[in-house]
Amino acid sequence: MTPELNLSRDPAHIRHGSNIGQPLSRVDGLAKVTGRATYAADNNPPGLLYAVLAVSSIARGRVTALDVDAAKAHPGVVEVMTQANRPPLHADPDGKPNPFAFRFEALQNDRVRYANQPIAVVIAESLEAATEGAALLAPRYEAEPARIGLDADAAYVPPAVGMGSPAEERHGDVEAALAGSDRQITAVYETPPHYHNAMEPHAIVAEWQGDRLVIDTPTQGLVMMRARLAELFGIAPENILIRSPYLGGGFGGKGLMAGPQVLGILAAKMVGRPVKLVARREQLYGPFGHRSPTRQTLRLGANAAGQLAGIHHHARIATSSFEDFYESAAHLTHTLYAAPAIATTYDAVRMDTGTPLFVRAPGIAPGSIALESAVDEMAAACGLDPLAFRVKNYAEVEPSTGKPFSSKALRECYTQGAERFGWWDRPLKPRMMRDKDGFLVGWGMGTATFHALMFAGQARAVIRRDGSGVVESGAHDMGQGAWTAFAQIAADSLALERDQVTFRAGTSDLPDAGIAGGSAHTATVGTPIHNAGAAVIAKLAELATSDQRSPLFGAGNAGVIARSGRLLRRDDEGRGESYADILARAGLDQVEGSGSGMPDPAANEQYAMHSHGAVFAEVKVDPDLGQVRVTRMVGAFAAGRIINPKLVKSQLIGGMIWGISLALHEEAVTDPRSGRIMNANLGEYHVPVNADVPAIEAFTVEEHDPFVNPLGIKGVGEIGITGSAGAVANAVAHATGFRVRRFPVRISDLVRAGA
Amino acid sequence: MNRFDYVKPATVAEAIAAAAAPGAAYLASGTNLLDLMKGNVVRPARLVDITGLKELTRIETSGNGDVRIGALVRNADLAYDASFAKDFPAVAEALLSGASAQLRNAATVGGNLLQRTRCAYFYDTASACNKRTAGSGCDARDGENSQHAVLGWSEACIATNPSDFCVPLTAFDAIVEIEGPAGRREVSLDALHLLPGRTPERETVLVPGEMIVAVRLPAAARAFAGHARYLKVRERNSYAFAVVSTAAGLVIENGSIREARLALGGVAAKPWRAREAETLLAGQAADARAFERAADAALRDAKPSGDNAYKIPLARQLIVRALQAAMQGTPARMPALPASPFSSVPGVLHDA
Repeated sequence: MTPELNLSRDPAHIRHGSNIGQPLSRVDGLAKVTGRATYAADNNPPGLLYAVLAVSSIARGRVTALDVDAAKAHPGVVEVMTQANRPPLHADPDGKPNPFAFRFEALQNDRVRYANQPIAVVIAESLEAATEGAALLAPRYEAEPARIGLDADAAYVPPAVGMGSPAEERHGDVEAALAGSDRQITAVYETPPHYHNAMEPHAIVAEWQGDRLVIDTPTQGLVMMRARLAELFGIAPENILIRSPYLGGGFGGKGLMAGPQVLGILAAKMVGRPVKLVARREQLYGPFGHRSPTRQTLRLGANAAGQLAGIHHHARIATSSFEDFYESAAHLTHTLYAAPAIATTYDAVRMDTGTPLFVRAPGIAPGSIALESAVDEMAAACGLDPLAFRVKNYAEVEPSTGKPFSSKALRECYTQGAERFGWWDRPLKPRMMRDKDGFLVGWGMGTATFHALMFAGQARAVIRRDGSGVVESGAHDMGQGAWTAFAQIAADSLALERDQVTFRAGTSDLPDAGIAGGSAHTATVGTPIHNAGAAVIAKLAELATSDQRSPLFGAGNAGVIARSGRLLRRDDEGRGESYADILARAGLDQVEGSGSGMPDPAANEQYAMHSHGAVFAEVKVDPDLGQVRVTRMVGAFAAGRIINPKLVKSQLIGGMIWGISLALHEEAVTDPRSGRIMNANLGEYHVPVNADVPAIEAFTVEEHDPFVNPLGIKGVGEIGITGSAGAVANAVAHATGFRVRRFPVRISDLVRAGA
Repeated sequence: MNRFDYVKPATVAEAIAAAAAPGAAYLASGTNLLDLMKGNVVRPARLVDITGLKELTRIETSGNGDVRIGALVRNADLAYDASFAKDFPAVAEALLSGASAQLRNAATVGGNLLQRTRCAYFYDTASACNKRTAGSGCDARDGENSQHAVLGWSEACIATNPSDFCVPLTAFDAIVEIEGPAGRREVSLDALHLLPGRTPERETVLVPGEMIVAVRLPAAARAFAGHARYLKVRERNSYAFAVVSTAAGLVIENGSIREARLALGGVAAKPWRAREAETLLAGQAADARAFERAADAALRDAKPSGDNAYKIPLARQLIVRALQAAMQGTPARMPALPASPFSSVPGVLHDA
């Protein structure tokens, strides 16, 4: 445990602030709505050239010819980069130096491994010239049959799933438990490939200044990306500056460096000028990761009273032909419902697609819609209300490990959510409710869950001679509100008002803020900010209490309190002085402290750490036409300490809308013959529009967690999706009496079923 | 960049002269054409920008009561024209159910009539598409075709026409006014679009250089104003093309149907007028049995072209629903969610 952590958990010196917990509006909001916020592609350094990717239209095979001459002959085209002439890299794109380094394409050979793979880069004086140059390349291929779909190839058991979880995990004898159950169900659920579809496409502006590389690119992991680039280009990390102040959505798609970013940097190297490369919308469906399709088989057994005896959750998933990433879709089953026997198993197939990677709520999102659907089916088999069934099988300790939860206010979520929704008026049988216009009405619910993570992070804090503060950490704002939440924590860490503290983030030369992922960023960055502030206050206290001229002289043992820019004696708050006075007397311009944070291994060993929630949904279904409309949603969540309730509510509502999307809309349609995605645009890859989003109520219940991290933060970025998708799917089943198990629920399914 | 000529004529005559060049295309607001150009689906050698032709931006009523809509009238302007929406409510409802508010503000009447299919294989230039490249084949036939045609398709092409606007227009006998190198002519909207047959690359009767200058709704179509609806089933509640849509209009006299109009969208390469169903309805009592018989007649020749058999029962149900809705009477106000099956639900309405 770091000294800072000791300090913050049992501080000799107390800091008082009230910024945490305030529903502040985004500090970057004005800049964004007035267009002053510069996203990566908004940068136009002098001498800029434009690079455009040429991408493959086959999914597997070789590029046999590119008409480079035609492209180069086009007015404005400066250079065409292909596998024949691209500058060398210091490391192999197909190498695997660490588990977070995923293989990528940087024109290392003529192989094509998926549709939309980059096969050349055209660099020109204008975007238009580069675009036309790319079209003129008219690639020829030697194509091999594409392997697309969950039955496209022989299935195998992957070596591990997610980030190293076992592909087979058994607690108790599931087969015996199922065999001995009074009630059993087996159901197979399918989810399609999903793409991140952030509003802002991946983009890079790269400029070489001698050996130094300066890039603007959206990333959820500045320092990790810097390390990867340093290795690939054979330069010191300090010689790379990445600027990423704003992301127009990340959702995991910008968590890791991707091939096109490397190609942008190589292009800049090749032409000796700054280069901008922006992926076109359809080009985002390939080299930047996606969510694997899943086919999940759930087997549940319960006794006649509705007590679960066993759950077997099996997931068939896909990865690419050249890389291993396995969506851990079954894993949440170990944490949610109290069954004495739980098993999760996986098998996988290789497909000719880009590598599936992290997409918002990896594993949990598709796993949750399947598990919550199956639990609903089991409740029905037992003749129980879905919520009553869940409460009956409430896990007081984590079912598979037997660990106590660090905190778990799920019961309160169930109670308060059901109350606000009016759940207990729900008829048990499906197809019992109609509105006055004759539409079928259904109510469904789901349990939300997401692990409470944090990563290692660092921060620096300064108090300046005028008493104001500066706090720095290379944090990432993906639109979730990091600029604001961290400014609030920073102000409290120094016991100053928010407008007295400058918060700096978003560049790779600041202290390492880890990665903005796993719903862990607030804990990952909040903890070191909190500790850096404590370190500065401790230094100021040391200056004052050891100085005979200070009214705080000799207060060392009693300690001091920092409040509103002043230090006060803890045992006599009438005696104190301002930060500015302390620094002036000491003849110092500023005092600086650093803080770090990391997960506490002992606490993680002892406790299961998860956020929870309960989501309730109402849908209406046209009985003749099969069209579905979500009309009401209520989500109650327990996620530890809430730094900014306004931002948190936005995150939760956004997650719940994503849940609607998963249940009713999202699907990448892949032609099984060509491997090309046929709806690679925001017109036809459906996500909910305003008319699909009903009145949504999201709120948090009180939850204090003394174990997850010093600030008690659990994270809210992903949990909103979980539970919600299942709640909508269950509501459709309750409305119609027909269970759709292939998501998204389509009009054709409900028409065929005679909705 | 892909070099093309760009001209912006000041008069219709100049535009037609400019478009005589081979490979010329008329450009109005470009909500479809520019996307197609960016995707290399079409590569016109010359764009004739007609947005300067102010004479095509008017909505006029002629002496005989016909309403003449200039080809450059914006979709939103037409839909929100109070007098037009009162007289032709199903047309206004169809317009407001299409695309998004931003697109409706830009898209023009003439452009809407000439928008291309949304078949993904047409847009994907690496796929075979007889419509895009005559004789190249049809990858939709054995591909992802759950949204494709169930009426009037051929082995060469199973694409659908995506327009909402055209569905009530064909139901109410709209006339298309065309100017071209050989002068002025008129065709009924029903005759404007062609079924694919063996030549799916030919989508309309327009010959090179011809321009739609106006669409006319006959005065007689006002007779349906009290009983006219457009209903559209879609996979999300706004900003989605129709899976199936229906325009229905009735003239009711003493509880029975004097005259009926019925057309379908999303089912064929053209807006699909169901004349036989109309004939069956005329003179009948306006009841469910009559509506079901009409629906059966409208779909008698329907057959799946792929994974889309569900569209046939869906269209049948939608026809019955639209006729029922028309029978109940045109709503006094435009529903907040135009053309939606949910448009009758109070309390949950949002702007489309």
